[in-house]
Amino acid sequence: MRISSSIRAAGRLAIVLALAGSVLGIFAESADAQEGRRRRTGQDARPIELTPEQVTQITKVANDRRLNSDDLIAAAKTFMPSGRHDEYVLFSSGGQCGQVFAIGVPSMRLLRSIAVFTPESWQGYGFAGDADPVTESLKINGYPVLWGDTHHPALSETKGDYDGEFLFIGDKANARVAVIDLRDWETKQIVKNPLTISDHGAAFVTPNTDYVIEGGQYATVLGYGYAPPEDYKKSYRGMVTLWKFDRAKGRFDVPNSFALELPPYWQDLADAGKNASDGFFFINSFNVEMATGGVEKGNPPFEAGASKRDMDYLHIIDWKKAEAAFKAGKAKPINGFPVLMLDTLIADGILYFAPEPKSPHGVDVTPNGQFMVVAGKLDPHVTVYSIEKIKAAIASGKRAGSDEYGVPILDFDSVVETQVELGLGPLHTQFDDKGYAYTSLFLDSAVARWTLGGEYAKLNPEQPWKLVTKTPVHYNIGHLCAAEGDTVSPDGRFLVSMSKWSVDRFLPTGPLLPQNFQLIDIAATGTAMPVIYDSPIGVGEPHYAQMIKADKLKTWLVYPEIGWNPHTQKLDPNAPKKGDEGVTRQGNKVLVKMTAVRSHFFPEHVEVNEGDEVTWRITAIETAQDATHGFCIGGYNINLSLEPGEYTEFRFIADRPGTYPFYCTEFCSALHLEMMGYFHVKPKTPVAAAQAIAPGTDSR
Amino acid sequence: MSRLIQAIIGPRVPADELRSRPARYLTPTFMFMVARILLLVSVFFPYWHMELEAPQYPKGLYLTAYINHLSGDVREIDGLNHYIGMRPLGEAAKFERSVAVWAVIAMFLLVEGAAFVHTRWAVVLAIPAIAFPAGFLIDLYFWMRTFGLNLDPDAPLSSSVKPFVPTVLGEGGIGQFKTYADLGSGYWLAVAAAVLTIIGFIFHRRAYKPLFERMHREASAKGGAP
Repeated sequence: MRISSSIRAAGRLAIVLALAGSVLGIFAESADAQEGRRRRTGQDARPIELTPEQVTQITKVANDRRLNSDDLIAAAKTFMPSGRHDEYVLFSSGGQCGQVFAIGVPSMRLLRSIAVFTPESWQGYGFAGDADPVTESLKINGYPVLWGDTHHPALSETKGDYDGEFLFIGDKANARVAVIDLRDWETKQIVKNPLTISDHGAAFVTPNTDYVIEGGQYATVLGYGYAPPEDYKKSYRGMVTLWKFDRAKGRFDVPNSFALELPPYWQDLADAGKNASDGFFFINSFNVEMATGGVEKGNPPFEAGASKRDMDYLHIIDWKKAEAAFKAGKAKPINGFPVLMLDTLIADGILYFAPEPKSPHGVDVTPNGQFMVVAGKLDPHVTVYSIEKIKAAIASGKRAGSDEYGVPILDFDSVVETQVELGLGPLHTQFDDKGYAYTSLFLDSAVARWTLGGEYAKLNPEQPWKLVTKTPVHYNIGHLCAAEGDTVSPDGRFLVSMSKWSVDRFLPTGPLLPQNFQLIDIAATGTAMPVIYDSPIGVGEPHYAQMIKADKLKTWLVYPEIGWNPHTQKLDPNAPKKGDEGVTRQGNKVLVKMTAVRSHFFPEHVEVNEGDEVTWRITAIETAQDATHGFCIGGYNINLSLEPGEYTEFRFIADRPGTYPFYCTEFCSALHLEMMGYFHVKPKTPVAAAQAIAPGTDSR
Repeated sequence: MSRLIQAIIGPRVPADELRSRPARYLTPTFMFMVARILLLVSVFFPYWHMELEAPQYPKGLYLTAYINHLSGDVREIDGLNHYIGMRPLGEAAKFERSVAVWAVIAMFLLVEGAAFVHTRWAVVLAIPAIAFPAGFLIDLYFWMRTFGLNLDPDAPLSSSVKPFVPTVLGEGGIGQFKTYADLGSGYWLAVAAAVLTIIGFIFHRRAYKPLFERMHREASAKGGAP
């Protein structure tokens, strides 16, 4: 062997180095893809220790601003440094503004609004010409109803836990339910209840989002019928609708949806059973007196007539049995919509009543599904029902009687677990992970923390079924919302008091004041439960909200492909592509194919004749996050939001001659103002042309 | 075997010689093989990166060049470049990208050929693979320069951004953007292949030069011309 072993070793070393180098290169490459190669000046999340100088500085700031030590701690719990993301998103109803708000928790910063039942121009919602699918979806029996009263948002659930895919919300004023897709945070569908004009118990989902529950409220003649108030008991009815949800399509499956006829009590809030009570849902009711008011005729007003009796009825509904009855063809059509009538509900054991203290508001199911908490509203107690006892009472065949319509009534004492005295005006209840329940006290303007019993008793130091503490809120709390507080696994930590009145909490804003969302820290056990932030909500009026862990949301940053149609959630074959823009005409029909990119529209001049039917298609050929464009034609009531990749088509009749600048309404780039063009509508006659310039000539 | 061919490919290794000193002859062959594989693998890895940093792009914009395609935020960068009148990146080095994979395969085969040629001519076969990394950089510079110096004079920002030569390696800047460019792992694989090929030749000459000289001596002894 002449070749020396050292040379061989060197050769091997070279090979090993080359291979190792390539492996390192590959490794470095995968790291590149993850986070980029250069380290950015990011959040410094190292533990801090305050120097004496900093303590002095902080103390000075606190004293200058008259903050006490609790305030400083509250600020530290809620302050979000620039660029840091909130841990939770609060999806709140927007009340009669018809929208939904998304608010970050714990910072309580408004992230955005989502237009649902009310046209909203920033989102281009309802401003896309004559046959806008949004405007069409807002019509009821052909008439535009351009507002809604959003009350109860419901996040879609899988096994009783939020899955972050969809959000449903009801419109109390018009009995509509909407589907919002949480990939792009846009409303996808609105269904109008064919039976009733208004509702209240919407939306609540069954544990796997098989159905979205829409409970009614004010009894009417089902199917928008007419009957005089004298025929109230005979002709008026309540109802609850079960909208079947098709998760794959992200739409309600209307042909497989159905309703239940209910007595003309005023059904109120609902909640679906879960775990132990899966298969049931529960609705409160009031006005079992069936008062018909008429204060103008000297009758007692509704507020008195509907509150006369001591007990109303908790509706216990076995929806799995109802589904079976519907599938067995037992429903009767009313206004073309299948309804299981009361006789079927009674015969099939679908509907039971349990007495509940008068005029209750919320019925809320504990995370394990064992207890239903009914808040008394006019009673200082919450009444806790046990599903085991309810099931046993149903099985025993023992009834306390039946109502006028033959619905069996279970014996109060045999289904109630306990009653807990909390204070005045209990409304709604949420839960945490430490065995506590939280109930809003409207009249006391407070949030009550109290202990649950059963398996929850061991989770906290206090005795079960006892009031622990009350935190004052400002003021007149309605709903409250704990982090994932109505699911099978609440997170605890944060609770938001949705206070209806703010009175003196903020600078005065005229006679109309904002609501006050107050963040409460519920992380500790016992009596510590401080308010740590006040957040004015200057659009309103919000009702219920749900708070979801932010990392459960699978939000798109931009649309998945260029030419995406958000109405179909698919790539649209009609979306104009770069290079095939243009204006074509067939008779009096004009087709505009346009693209939008920073900082121009293509084409920039669109010429039509007065009276032409214009179909205008625009694709935003952008892929950068936040590179949104707007598109408006002044005078034609058109404004679109063109988010990166989005495709929109709109149609209108060019019936207003003149020269209309169109422009990008979302500040997109340094040359945003230059992102414009002209829409020329040639007048039919010279007279019209003269009229078109008339306003300009007589303005001086 | 004609004399010319023999003169080029050189002597074969006698079987007993190979058996007695396998490492001497297999080392260069093995190193060429590894070099070939690294070169081929490099096709799947980026040769060059550029990161663009600007306030409104907190995640940065990335441009990655493979020998046959570009990836990353090409659309966004093209969109921005239109403001200064730079042609779309896809129009650069079209020919080079279209033949790149075939060229690498050709280099692969040439280096393979070099293992069979036992004269100094083997170097000629390996020159493309050795020169390839440098050639890539020169071509990259050529295109960056061509694109940077030939901006559309009618572009929106042509009055404020004058023609320039973008920085091919290291830190550069244009408008509110800072650019950072460096070589990718594919490029380093190609460099490793070139280095291995060069080292392989040291062993190659060490093994075959004596054999070649012996062949010459034997040929002279027989009285024939080599």
